[in-house]
Amino acid sequence: MRPVIQISGVRKSYGSTVAVAEASFEVNEGEIFGLIGPNGAGKTTTMECIEGLRKPDAGTITVLGLDPFRNVYELQTRIGVQLQQAQLQKRIKVWEAVDLWASLYGKKAADGERLLEQLGLTDKRNAWFMNLSGGQKQRLFIALALINDPEVVFLDELTTGLDPQARHAIWGLVRGIRERGKTVFLTTHLMEEAERLCDRVAIMEHGRIIDIDTPESLVLRHCPERAVVIEVSDPGSAEHFNAVPGVESVERNGNKLTIRGRGELVTEVIHCLSEKRLRVTDFRAILPNLEDVFLKLTGRSIRE
Amino acid sequence: MLRGLLKLTWIETKIFMREPLGAIGTIGVPVLVFVVVGRAITAKAPTPSLSNFAHVGLPVMATILIVISTVLSLVTIISIYREGGILKRLRATPLRPQTILSAHVIVKLMLTLVSLLLMFLAGKRYFPPGVHPPIISFTFAVAISTWSILSTGFVIASIVPTARFAQPIGAVLLYPMVGVSGLFVPVASLPPLLRVVAHASPMTYAVSLLQGIWIGEPWSAHVGDVGALVGFFLLFTAISARIFRWE
Repeated sequence: MRPVIQISGVRKSYGSTVAVAEASFEVNEGEIFGLIGPNGAGKTTTMECIEGLRKPDAGTITVLGLDPFRNVYELQTRIGVQLQQAQLQKRIKVWEAVDLWASLYGKKAADGERLLEQLGLTDKRNAWFMNLSGGQKQRLFIALALINDPEVVFLDELTTGLDPQARHAIWGLVRGIRERGKTVFLTTHLMEEAERLCDRVAIMEHGRIIDIDTPESLVLRHCPERAVVIEVSDPGSAEHFNAVPGVESVERNGNKLTIRGRGELVTEVIHCLSEKRLRVTDFRAILPNLEDVFLKLTGRSIRE
Repeated sequence: MLRGLLKLTWIETKIFMREPLGAIGTIGVPVLVFVVVGRAITAKAPTPSLSNFAHVGLPVMATILIVISTVLSLVTIISIYREGGILKRLRATPLRPQTILSAHVIVKLMLTLVSLLLMFLAGKRYFPPGVHPPIISFTFAVAISTWSILSTGFVIASIVPTARFAQPIGAVLLYPMVGVSGLFVPVASLPPLLRVVAHASPMTYAVSLLQGIWIGEPWSAHVGDVGALVGFFLLFTAISARIFRWE
């Protein structure tokens, strides 16, 4: 896979506040890459340096082979950008915004009306921006980010402030962008969003990248603990599990067994259940997620 | 990027027309002041000085009001656009920053000229037959003055902290400029300190140019005024290029 974004040793301060202390990573063509972390971690600053909107104090950035700050206009024709908390003119109509954006890219521009249709905005084409709902505004911003058929799409906190339904709809749209062969670079402080959407994530805190990998590998690496809670008709069967590979403890509470361990614990427990032909009335696997990884790596919850 | 400039200018014009009170407030109020004050003066037995004010002072004052309301409208819109992240969003496109700002200058210049046209029409209707000012020359003089004073608008737009302060801070800076501009009291009869202030303000040269052209003086008599207005434009544009904030 070809890297489309390469950043190395990027640093950016505002006065005495260090927004990005050190950021280095690569984003590959065709993947959804997520920069995740709490608010104020430096995600947006990092992204805006990559988009050419800010000049980093140190470090090198290459996007599609270009230096974003020096070749900002050429870069802008090849990328699509959605900014955090951006607004348009209150009384601009949806179709006017799409038309204006299309005019900026000349022949390269996608069919605006079709884009509006794909994003479910056709019946809002004459509405003023100020009268759109949060979800509709975000869908319009996605349309504007896609109007030049970009090679890389940047999405900054795309679903913040949206209700769950709108959020799920937008996740579907983002997956659609990847299916068209584009690279997506997004930031989010929602771990669920990162887990569901991203092929790879970089965890950022206090301006530093702490780790980068697929969500599954990150969970496996940092939170290998697994637990299975089962209810069995015969509490005596607890003893069978002590010999299962990976098991560290078995806790008994009436008919309820809590089996703790690491690695392929769930598979091994299922294997054991079927081998010993044990009757189970309830089965629940407790698996850590990115949220737990974040807690483990930083010692605090991302919501704090 | 001419296509982008034209498109953006056209869209900004349409958006401006959709503002409640936007067009009426910015165009209508100065013209209304002109008509009301003018009628009040001409209704009385015209003493020579009042008559002189109605024929020279009033049109120039109304024009200055138009220019100020245009500049305030620019300052307000730029600060609203900055605060709302609209400027930033427009920048994250192939649009050059100067294209984005030029579109606003063009919209405001057109607005000024429309106001001016309305004022002429109102003047013809309410004060016939008085002086016959050189309309085309005067229009040019207004365009140059507006263009120059709009550049102070960008400096003001750079220093206002939030959109809420744009209008009051703009007014506090611009109206005193009118006070010392020679519109009401000749600059020569001002106290020395105020005279210095007057010479440091583009408004003074705009007033001198507008009054002169209105009464039919030739352009050659106002080379200094035009030069000063161009100089202020260059100076304020250079300053705002350094201190202008996009977000």
